[in-house]
Amino acid sequence: MKFSISNMDLFYGDFQALKNINIEIPANEITAFIGPSGCGKSTLIKSLNRMNDLTEGCKITGEIFLDGENIYGNIDVNALRKRVGMVFQKPNPFPMSVYDNIAFAPRTHGIKSKFKLNEIVEKSLRDAAIWEELKDRLKKSALSLSGGQQQRLCIARALSVQPDVLLMDEPTSALDPISTAKIEELVLKLKKDYTIVIVTHNMQQAVRISDNTGFFLLGELVEYGDTQQLFSVPANKRTEDYITGRFG
Amino acid sequence: MFKKFFRKKPTDRIFFLASWASIIATAAVLFFVVGYVLINGLPHISPALFAVQFTTENQSLFPALIGTLMIVGLSLVLAVPLGVCSAIYLVEYAKRGSRFVKIVRLTTETLAGIPSIVYGLFGFIFFGVFLGWGLSLMSGAFTVSIMILPLIMRTTEESLKSVPDTYREGSFGLGAGKLRTVMLIILPSAMPGILAGVILAVGRIIGETAAIIFTLGNVARMPNNLFDTGRTLSAHMYALANEGTHPGEAHATAAVLLIVVILINALSSRVARFIKA
Repeated sequence: MKFSISNMDLFYGDFQALKNINIEIPANEITAFIGPSGCGKSTLIKSLNRMNDLTEGCKITGEIFLDGENIYGNIDVNALRKRVGMVFQKPNPFPMSVYDNIAFAPRTHGIKSKFKLNEIVEKSLRDAAIWEELKDRLKKSALSLSGGQQQRLCIARALSVQPDVLLMDEPTSALDPISTAKIEELVLKLKKDYTIVIVTHNMQQAVRISDNTGFFLLGELVEYGDTQQLFSVPANKRTEDYITGRFG
Repeated sequence: MFKKFFRKKPTDRIFFLASWASIIATAAVLFFVVGYVLINGLPHISPALFAVQFTTENQSLFPALIGTLMIVGLSLVLAVPLGVCSAIYLVEYAKRGSRFVKIVRLTTETLAGIPSIVYGLFGFIFFGVFLGWGLSLMSGAFTVSIMILPLIMRTTEESLKSVPDTYREGSFGLGAGKLRTVMLIILPSAMPGILAGVILAVGRIIGETAAIIFTLGNVARMPNNLFDTGRTLSAHMYALANEGTHPGEAHATAAVLLIVVILINALSSRVARFIKA
C-alpha cells in the first residue's frame, strides 16, 4: 500500500469537509475519486501532499501514512511534495520558458549541472509524451503553448523530480476531447512507474483508466473498491444512484 | 465604431458622445500643456544653459539636472527595497486580513495623503536639525523616500496580489519553499507592475518642490558629497520664476524637465519589456 488513511476528519473552520475517511491506495495503480461537486474529493487529494496547509483554518485529525510514515507527523513538507507530485485542474505553467519550467524543480532541489539538467528536461518531456512537439521550442515561453500542451508540460514538470506518486486534480476538465485522450493515454503509461491518484468529474474517465474507484458524497467515502466492480455491481444504493445518473 | 453608433439607443448615444468628449478634452489639455511648455521653452535652450558652473549670466540648469538625477537615484535606492520588501511581507507572509496588516495599510494610506510641505518641514526638523544633516542630499533623499514609500508599497502590493494563486500552488506543489517561490516565480511575474509604481514614484520625485527646498535646499550648484546642498530642476524653475528676471530660462527648464520625465518613462517601459521577455 502506498497511502493508508485512517480515521481522517478534515475541517475548514467549523465546516467538516471530510468525515472519518479510511482508505488504502495501492502502489503502481490508478485510483480515481469521483463524486458531485463539493463532496470532498479534491480536499482529500490535496491532503496527500499537504497542499491543504496553505488553506487558512484547515484542520486535520486522524492519520495518513505514506510508505508507513505519517505525513502529518514531524516531516519535511517540501521533501514530501517532492515525493508526491501534483497536477492541477487548470494548466499552470510558470511564465518562463519550457526549459525553465521543467528545470525549476530540479534546481530547487539542488541540481546545478547543466548537463544533468538537460538530461532531466529531455527525460521528463519524453515521459510526458511531449518531447517531439516541444524539442525545438524549449526556449519559447510556456504560455504560448496550447491548453493540452500546457497540461502535459505540467505533468512533465511534476515528473522532473522523480516523485513516487502523482496526484491529479481533475487534470482534463479544462481540456478538449483530443487533449483529454492524450492525457488519459499518458496516465495509463505512467502507472508502470508511479502511483497515480486522480480526481475526476467524468465517470467515463474513471472507468477508462482507473483500477480502483472511491465514491464520495457530502464528505463521506460511500464506497471504495475495484473500478469494474463498483461500476457494474455497486454495493451501495447511493453509488448506484450516482453512477446511473439519478443525481449529481 | 460610427456604424454602431447610429444603431444605438438614444441613451447609449448620449453616453457615447459624453465619453468621446471626455477623451478629447483630456487629450487636449495634455497637448496644450506640453505644447505650451515646449513652444515657450525650446527657443530659449542654449549651450550656456548646460554650462557646468552656474553663474548669474548663464543661469545654467546643469547643476540642477545633476542634482535631480542624484535625488532620484538616492531616494529610489532607499525606498524601493524597503517598499517592495514590506509589500512582499504583507501579501505573501502576513496572515491575510489580520489586524496587523490592516493597521499597516491604514498607516501607509495616511502617509500617502499628507501634503508634501509637511514632509518638507518634518525632514528639515528631523534630518536637517535633529540629526544634523543640514540642507543636504541626504536630508532631501530621506525625506523624499518617505514620501514615495507608500506609493511603492501600494503598487507592489497590488501587482503581487494580481499574480495568480495557481503559480504559488504550482511552485509549492513541486516542493519549493516560500523564499524560492517568492523570488523566482512571484516577483518576476509582478515585475511590470512594480516598475510601473517606480515610474510613478520617479515622476513624484522630479515634480517635488516644497519638500526639496526645505531639505536639499536651493543652492545653484552640484552637491560635492552626500552632505552637501544643491537643487533640483523643479526647485531651479521655482527660483527662476520667482525672481522674475529670467522667464525664458524658466520655460527652458520646464521643457528640459518635461523631456527628462519622458525619457525616464520611455527607458523604464523599455526595461519592463526587457524583463518580461
